[in-house]
Amino acid sequence: MKPGHGEVLLAEGDPRVQEDEERLVDEFRRQLDEGMWAAVPVRNAGSGRREAQMVKEYADIPPDSERVIFFPRASGG
Amino acid sequence: MLLALLALALIAMVLATPLALRRVERWRAGRAPRRQANAADFNLELYDPGRERRAEQRARELLRSCVNAEEWGMYRDLGFIRVAGRHARREIDRGARPAYAYLVYPHKPIVAYVPESGQLLSEYCVEFPDLTGTGGRHRLPASDDMLAKWMALTSDEDRVIRRANMHLVGRQLDPARVRRDLWRLAEWERRRGNRQQVSQSQR
Repeated sequence: MKPGHGEVLLAEGDPRVQEDEERLVDEFRRQLDEGMWAAVPVRNAGSGRREAQMVKEYADIPPDSERVIFFPRASGG
Repeated sequence: MLLALLALALIAMVLATPLALRRVERWRAGRAPRRQANAADFNLELYDPGRERRAEQRARELLRSCVNAEEWGMYRDLGFIRVAGRHARREIDRGARPAYAYLVYPHKPIVAYVPESGQLLSEYCVEFPDLTGTGGRHRLPASDDMLAKWMALTSDEDRVIRRANMHLVGRQLDPARVRRDLWRLAEWERRRGNRQQVSQSQR
């Protein structure tokens, strides 16, 4: 999510392909270095309700997730 | 005599032309940096009136694809989403109904309240500022702001609440309006429940 623009596609690829994965890891790190938060929409195994899972490392991304959403970190308004 | 004067004037003009040209060039060279500075001052991004509308449309689709159907309906019909609080004072309180919940509005503070009694607890002022260093003139589209709050609350409630500025309800939001929103939410849920009962009985 980019202020003033909304959703912007940063990178896409198949994480099973090494070249794609390297690109995805680089973009993931770049976003976190810029201070963004990363979250993955998931479904709670217990309740079945949708929720988000915050990820701080590339390895934390659930393997079956389709996307990672980066958004500016929260601050007191 | 006249011819001689004309010839002299012509010669003077020819001799003076290089001098005049040099002065003009020096004058133009002196003006160039000032002109460039002025141009830089006015080198603003052209305003596209449709950009924000398109961004909001994309943001609505993204929000819809992430939240629960009930939450999407709530946002579409009422303009806010209720998110259940994760903590309970006692283990016995961990029932179907949360001990407290949040009303999440786009570009407005998050309001914590008790669903059982409707008591308003506090408002949490939180924003997601532009980190790109472009001057912070822009903010997230309304639905992206909503999604950011939803993701932050459902994934790491403590972190977002810790970062927010907490106030009593009434600092930015009118408590009467929030109570009216709670009433609207109750009515919306009642109607939704009725519709679901009707559709189930028709099967």
